[in-house]
Amino acid sequence: MARLTAENEALALEIIARYPLPKSALIPLLHLAQEQDGWVSDDAMEHLAELVGVTPAEVLGTCSFYEMFKRHPVGTYLVGVCTNISCLILGGEELLAHAEDTLGIRAGSTTPDGTFTLEDVECIAACTEAPCLQVNYRYFHRVTHDELDTLVDDLRAGHRDDEIPPHGTLSRIRQRIPAGVAAGAVHPGDGGEPVWVASRPPPPKPNKG
Amino acid sequence: MSEPSERTVTDPPKIITSRFGYDDAHTLLRYEGTNGYDGLKAALAKRPDEVVEEVKTASLLGRGGAGFPAGVKWGFCPPGVWPRYLVVNGDESEPGTYKDRLLMERDPHQLIEGVLIACYAIGCGQAFLYVRGEMALAQERLAAALNEAYTRGYVGKKIMGTDFSVDIVLHWGAGAYIVGEETALIESLEGNRGMPRLKPPFFPAAKGLYLQPTVVNNVETLANLPWILREGGASFAALGAEASKGTRMFAVSGHVKNPGVYEVEFGVTTFRDIIFAPIYGGGIRGGNELKAFIPGGASAPWFYDEHLDLPLEKGAVDKAGSMLGSGAIVVMDDTTDMVKAALRIVRFFARESCGKCTPCREGTGWLEKILERIDTGHGRRSDVDLLLDVCDNISPGIAWPPKQTTICPLGPSAVSPIASAVTRFRDEFEARLGGGEPVPVTVAISGGAYIGPAEPGPSANGNRQPEEVAAS
Repeated sequence: MARLTAENEALALEIIARYPLPKSALIPLLHLAQEQDGWVSDDAMEHLAELVGVTPAEVLGTCSFYEMFKRHPVGTYLVGVCTNISCLILGGEELLAHAEDTLGIRAGSTTPDGTFTLEDVECIAACTEAPCLQVNYRYFHRVTHDELDTLVDDLRAGHRDDEIPPHGTLSRIRQRIPAGVAAGAVHPGDGGEPVWVASRPPPPKPNKG
Repeated sequence: MSEPSERTVTDPPKIITSRFGYDDAHTLLRYEGTNGYDGLKAALAKRPDEVVEEVKTASLLGRGGAGFPAGVKWGFCPPGVWPRYLVVNGDESEPGTYKDRLLMERDPHQLIEGVLIACYAIGCGQAFLYVRGEMALAQERLAAALNEAYTRGYVGKKIMGTDFSVDIVLHWGAGAYIVGEETALIESLEGNRGMPRLKPPFFPAAKGLYLQPTVVNNVETLANLPWILREGGASFAALGAEASKGTRMFAVSGHVKNPGVYEVEFGVTTFRDIIFAPIYGGGIRGGNELKAFIPGGASAPWFYDEHLDLPLEKGAVDKAGSMLGSGAIVVMDDTTDMVKAALRIVRFFARESCGKCTPCREGTGWLEKILERIDTGHGRRSDVDLLLDVCDNISPGIAWPPKQTTICPLGPSAVSPIASAVTRFRDEFEARLGGGEPVPVTVAISGGAYIGPAEPGPSANGNRQPEEVAAS
């Protein structure tokens, strides 16, 4: 797969400019690469290394630490079933086993048609809604086995395309900071008291005694 | 045993969840129509040091886990060292915890306003909103809210016509529990692997992001600031008790009739109230008995029947040997398999250990392996003590608060639930050990299946088990 497209490279530069130091943009940029290709390729990592001014090995070092970055192709739909404590005691493992049966794959693998990847995931902060799962990081709460089957059918038929973008697209809304209203990135070397602090000094402390 | 709550529990005041009843609470229109950005206006009418005083008066405790007073934490930035940064910890991932995601999804402007108030008070040149990667809706809602707030002049250059200027950069994580630890969060924000830094010297207030003074605050902590500035710190401190002021969000999950996230008056409400009162948890499902509950997230030692009348108050819970942590109460009834529960929690810590410190990296892995063989009926008679021995190596003495042999508290966090389960329900673990009868060597296909003799001795299948290695 590929380096970033010209359009995505422009977006990458816009993101980098928000940070005091370019390497800080690395995780958002890895998400951008994953949004473009559905996974993070070596070529993309080399391109990101050029953009933020580090070695490709450093990009790989960061990329490989975080579970959301997939360094090989995964399904269009990443189904993550939570089996952590709150879900475990309300049927999370049984739900995962049912998902394995329905999809015909074990957790950690992808259906042969490349549509679904199934994962056994850690707590996804929906503990009062157990058992829960995510499809491409969109939540489904208190999921029954029948509901899971319906969801799989719906996804296969494309009935959920409006709410669930393909794997890689995390946020469909991007932050934009127009140049005219941006306060600007503050470099660690930019010393000096902020103006609003300097213009409103605390009153002098009364001398004791 | 567990009795239903006797005293009448009524609805507490709503501070941070006040807009949760509106479907459009995430829009600027609704926010402005419900006192939105009034707290920022009130803050901008004061000097930064007066805003800090207001927050100190409120005695707002950090809501992330450690429970340190926010105003005091701000004061740790060394005077005269600039620039300073604010990093918002929205990496909510402690098992059982569900509140920050709601605050980001349902009322993003409240958080943005809180961030602005904190930046103004501390003198932060730039703020970074670190949102957990798996929370797509929270990211979309915050991006939309920030775009609106920039357009309306609440964020950016010369905020609301004053000389206060700050950018809030929305940053996403990518799946790593450890990044919730503040120095790991900073490493991650610098584009690195999210491994914690050694403290000292890397206390964020002194040497944080880019080694500059940095305040790391939890989402819920900051979401309280608009109300505090609007209504006054004294009004906030009038709610709650002793060292725990205001209100707090608790997620009550597991075997209760009404699992849910509830904002309750801090320090006054008891565990019995929040688990049994009809307006909260509603009691144990299906007429079952309470077996145990986790009072503050997977890292917290467990509580039992005898702890139900403790108030949700930091001091009282600390004294009783656990913590309120991240406001996550997981209720387990008498159908719960404690071996499985302990195994699942330790598997979490084993998976999420960053690998930097040996006791945590190796210890959590061993705890998982030993529990797994107990769970599958292949446990050896010495395994229960072996679990405690491994725990003792990660956190000497298995005390509370825990001692650390590691840079961050993740390792000791794996110890507390295991020690709780093994100590309280030792019989359940021992019942699974298979009676100590040696099983034929031929079943030991994937290793770890050999049940050793009662007396220490070489394993019949020649596999060296961990304590034998340690002894040799």
